Amino acid sequence: MKKLPLFAFFFTLLFLSSSAFDSDELLLDDEEFGIEGRAQPAQPQVKPHEPATTRSTTTTTRKRLSDSDSDSKIQFSLEHAFGDSDFTPAGTFSARLKTASHGGQMKQLESYYYNTGSLNEETLKLTKLRISRNQFLGVEKEKFEKLLQDDDFYRIRLPSNPLSPPGRDYIISSVKARCLPQEGLDEHFVIHMEGANILAVNYGAFGACSYPRQLKLPAKWSFNSHTVLKNPEQAQRAPIFAEDILGGENVEGEVLPPPERSFWAKYWMYLIPLGLIVMNAITQAMNLPEEQAAGQSGGQGQQPAAAIQRGASSAVRRR
Amino acid sequence: MILIETKGRSVSSHWHKQRGRVICHIQLFMATRVFLLILLLLSSATSIFSLYEDQVGLMDWHQQYIGKVKHAVFHTQKTGRKRVLVSTEENVIASLDLRHGEIFWRHVLGTNDAIDGIDIALGKYVITLSSDGSILRAWNLPDGQMVWESFLRGPKHSKSSLMVLKTLKVDKDRVIIVSGKGCVHGVSSIDGEVLWTKDLAAESVEVQQVIPLHDSDKIYAVGFSGLTQFHAYEINAMNGELLKHETADFSGGFVGELALVSSETLVALDTTRSILVTVSFRNGKINFHQTYISSLVKDSTGIAMILPSTLTGMFTLKINTLKLIIRVTGEDQLELVEKFDHATVVSDVLSISEDKEAFAVVQHGGIKIHLQVKLSDDWNSDLVKESIEMDQQRGLVHKVFINNYIRTDRSHGFRALIVMEDHSLLLLQQGKIVWNREDALASIIDVTTSELPVDKAVSVAKGEHNLIDWLKGHILKLKGTLMLASPEDVVAIQAIRLKSSEKSKLTRDHNGFRKLLIVLTKAGKIFALHSGDGRVVWSLLLPSLRKSKVCDCPTGLNLYQWQVPHHHAMDQNPSVLVVGKCGYSSNAPAVLSFVDTYTGKELNSLDLGHSVAQIIPLPFTDSTEQRLHLLVDADRRVHLYPRTPEARTIFQQEFSNIYWYSVEADNSIIKGHVIKRTCIGEVADDFCFESGDLWSIVFPLESEKIIATGSRKSNEVVHTQAKVTSDQDVMYKYISKNLLFVATVSPKASVGIGSADPEEASLFAYLIDTVTGRILHRMTHHGAQGPVHAVFSENWVVYHYFNLRAHRFEMSVIEIYDQSRAENKDVWKLVVGKHNLTAPVSSYSRPEVVTKSQSYFFTHSVKAMAVTLTAKGITSKQLLIGTIGDQVLALDKRFVDPRRTVNPSQAEKEEGIIPLTDFLPIIPQSYVTHALKVEGLRSIVTVPAKLESTTLVFAYGMDLFFTQLAPSRTYDSLTEDFSYALLLITIIALVAAIFVTWILSERKELQDKWR
Repeated sequence: MKKLPLFAFFFTLLFLSSSAFDSDELLLDDEEFGIEGRAQPAQPQVKPHEPATTRSTTTTTRKRLSDSDSDSKIQFSLEHAFGDSDFTPAGTFSARLKTASHGGQMKQLESYYYNTGSLNEETLKLTKLRISRNQFLGVEKEKFEKLLQDDDFYRIRLPSNPLSPPGRDYIISSVKARCLPQEGLDEHFVIHMEGANILAVNYGAFGACSYPRQLKLPAKWSFNSHTVLKNPEQAQRAPIFAEDILGGENVEGEVLPPPERSFWAKYWMYLIPLGLIVMNAITQAMNLPEEQAAGQSGGQGQQPAAAIQRGASSAVRRR
Repeated sequence: MILIETKGRSVSSHWHKQRGRVICHIQLFMATRVFLLILLLLSSATSIFSLYEDQVGLMDWHQQYIGKVKHAVFHTQKTGRKRVLVSTEENVIASLDLRHGEIFWRHVLGTNDAIDGIDIALGKYVITLSSDGSILRAWNLPDGQMVWESFLRGPKHSKSSLMVLKTLKVDKDRVIIVSGKGCVHGVSSIDGEVLWTKDLAAESVEVQQVIPLHDSDKIYAVGFSGLTQFHAYEINAMNGELLKHETADFSGGFVGELALVSSETLVALDTTRSILVTVSFRNGKINFHQTYISSLVKDSTGIAMILPSTLTGMFTLKINTLKLIIRVTGEDQLELVEKFDHATVVSDVLSISEDKEAFAVVQHGGIKIHLQVKLSDDWNSDLVKESIEMDQQRGLVHKVFINNYIRTDRSHGFRALIVMEDHSLLLLQQGKIVWNREDALASIIDVTTSELPVDKAVSVAKGEHNLIDWLKGHILKLKGTLMLASPEDVVAIQAIRLKSSEKSKLTRDHNGFRKLLIVLTKAGKIFALHSGDGRVVWSLLLPSLRKSKVCDCPTGLNLYQWQVPHHHAMDQNPSVLVVGKCGYSSNAPAVLSFVDTYTGKELNSLDLGHSVAQIIPLPFTDSTEQRLHLLVDADRRVHLYPRTPEARTIFQQEFSNIYWYSVEADNSIIKGHVIKRTCIGEVADDFCFESGDLWSIVFPLESEKIIATGSRKSNEVVHTQAKVTSDQDVMYKYISKNLLFVATVSPKASVGIGSADPEEASLFAYLIDTVTGRILHRMTHHGAQGPVHAVFSENWVVYHYFNLRAHRFEMSVIEIYDQSRAENKDVWKLVVGKHNLTAPVSSYSRPEVVTKSQSYFFTHSVKAMAVTLTAKGITSKQLLIGTIGDQVLALDKRFVDPRRTVNPSQAEKEEGIIPLTDFLPIIPQSYVTHALKVEGLRSIVTVPAKLESTTLVFAYGMDLFFTQLAPSRTYDSLTEDFSYALLLITIIALVAAIFVTWILSERKELQDKWR
């Protein structure tokens, strides 16, 4: 009962997202959506199980809360490299690590969003991903400018297992540096998760990066980061036909009248020739004064005059 | 595989060059809709591909092969059909006609069921031992029906052998002695019942050989325990009773094969491989006698090996490239009889009469081979001495089997069955090759096609002999269509159609039906097959893929089109690139070879200093129209071929736009790469480049394992980017050459069906952009598992897997559409120019895609999947599914449409949407292979013909099958049985009628005037 208004809220969000393009669309499949420098998104209101204790993060990569074992905060670092250089720290991701338990409202919520049909009791999950991005310092700025000059790659990497970094291997992603500068440096992370493991990260420009890439320096040297966590969606099951198909057939009996088609859809085949005739007439009407003008200034040469005459005669014939 | 980021533009270039044209395209969508409607009306809703009985063999051909022969047993004693039973390295047992080499019957055992031995028992059963001596089967000799099957179990792996005891007659049952898996078994040959089992592995004895004792029920089983101890067991073959067990120690130790010289003498090598040990175990006593190899041959450096042979009183020893025949005289004296080079082959011994045994020796000499048949007790006796000229493309003789017959003059005649280096099988008799089989074609590795030469002297009359013949043929056809033909006429019509010289010509045809299929086989031989009738146009045993001193086990990898001349098609020949490597390891050096496809000659070959892990044909050609190829080696260095300065300049222009990816299936990692700079090494190499990692996807090992990948074919053409739906909406296909489909499963579910519960098995499907490593779509199928077969085409992927919950196979489809172009629906926008259709597509833009997917149940498990390809991509697509029954099924793509609904509206029906069903239908008429089977089907290759409606399909496995398919029927050409004569006669009749009526009306008019 309680969930109903909650769902309604989300549905409104869904509809809103389809009208406004920029950021709301991400909410569709986003776990968490944090934009640095902007106001905190309204999610905390929605999630009823938001724990009261939020500890300020320290530099250690992982901190578990002692009192609550189902929810803890972790941090992992983002590293970057300019072209072929070595990776250096570039920022930190902080996220909430959740142990999904059966029966809880949270779990139901989750299964509503991600359709995760059967969750194991020990399923770990990252939520509420947030990034704090280091600003480019002097040397880094120079390096980045060099990348922009050469149209080279700006590379980032994340540990494949944020709980025990780096895990099996680092996840690398890269983008042509020239794709990033807009107003500031717009970047967009889509992190694909499998349980608590990071599977892949899609790093790139927030919007389009049109080819050929133009050299453009950012006005502000600060990052405008967007992050999205993604979990797999469940595939549609093969349809299984049972008795309800009989019920369906009753509906089929009454034939629906085909929807009224638009004027254009009905008569396009007449309209297009009509349009062509009109266009033809217009061009001829335009040609007529020109012809006269050309006729007056005739004697410049045989060739163009003849050509015009030919054109005129053909126009006459066509009529 | 090659990914050019900006090339997305070229796909769509024809579409948005001019605004006006776009309007035309919108019209075209509508027009196609109308056209589709008409088509729908015409073809009464069902467009099933099928053919009539008399059309079989017109467009298609089918060839049967068996593979390289391992063992052969002749069956010629009785009157009736003479046959030879063979088992092959492709796990086939077959009965061949000895007169013509045709297959009487054939069985393909599973891929893991390697055949160890073959024999005949009771004169009517063929006994085979397979799977390391654990499965014994009996097949009926005349028709190949299986009679019985026995499973033999044993504790450990060991050498296996099969022996049917000839001399024992107990109630006419003959006991089959099988050794394998550490045990010796006695099996009844009537019903396959295991009579007794002797577990010698329990005494840690490894059985080397089972020796029958003449004229008694006893057998000897000899073996080693440890390195040094020799064991001999005397066993009663009837009941398995152990009669005697003797052991003896030999301090030198034994290694390798044992050679049986007589029923009581064996020869072995000691651990240093320098001493031959003669073992005699007469009357319960085991004696060893040592002879140094150096005392027999002077040059005895190198590794000595005893080759398995059954020569009485003799054995074969191999040192380096030499083969030595050594005779054991007396008790333990060794004597060198003959020295051969390595290319000489000795057959097993054949008993020709009570006390005489013969064997064959085949030697090479120039372009000829010399066959000698000798008596085993007299080396200098030559019963037969023949020289046969041999095609050089067949290589060396690998095996020889002999059989005897009684000549008309009552003397002994011999025939020999020889297996050549190129896997072909030949029967020699009276100094002639009676028949040959190209059995290399049973093991095709890769296929590519080549165009035939352009006909320089175009003459239409060549095919049809003269006008009268032509007319006669057409009048016959006319009779057939008017149902006036007598049975003889029908036969004549069929004969004319089948032998139509048109389809087997060696020139290019207008419709592009005639092509050369270039196939690379495991034997290292390349064949060019004519697509019209499947005959071998030329064949070439590649010197670079032959066993040599440099390279012990070369393997062929792939075939690529190297040079396809268009500008100089008249005077330049196309060529193919063959990539192979030396050895099986990942860092084995690569071999390249270039072969002219018209002449079948090797143009050039290169032994490369680096290995090959990946080959990327680039979409660039140089001025001689040679295609640029990149070879990625095991160290991720990239090498450019051809190594010309021109190729390098072309390559350097596109340097920064080249991306590729690698899939490490064992490690569950996919990586994207880019070229960084030229190699820095000891030797400056301008054609070598270092690569760098751009992106990586690391699947967690505990939950995901890569089992299948699929990408679009590089030569696929997409005709239209947009799809008009029933509600006048346009959906833009996301067409990118850089999409990769990856399927992963839970590690537990990767082994086989039944290994995991539905709860712990799941399958993940991914669509990945291979330039940026972006995951565009990711989907889980819970309770599903492999094996996965996938096919990727245009903007959709179809994959096949097993659903554990439903206990059924399923096929899923994912279609991906581009949303960033979705706003371009408005005509006015297009007219005014406010559309982004001309903007180049970049992978670095954030993709806005939507996917649609749906799953359907499918009855069969699948061996291979492919999709039809046509020249312009207009024709609708069909999935070609290689079923478990080794047939090819054509399934319309419309059946695996994610937009199918239970009750499609009228408009959707018009669009061609089929009502949703849970099962994909299997329509018997839609089997492309009709009544035939492509045994051991491995792959299906589709090639577009020049005619848009038609695609050429080549399916291969053990057998080859080729046919033409028209997924939307041949809408652009008249059918082959179109009666031109009928048309002509109709026209003539009409003209005549016009004249008659004209004259009549004139006359009437005249009469009216006179009135």
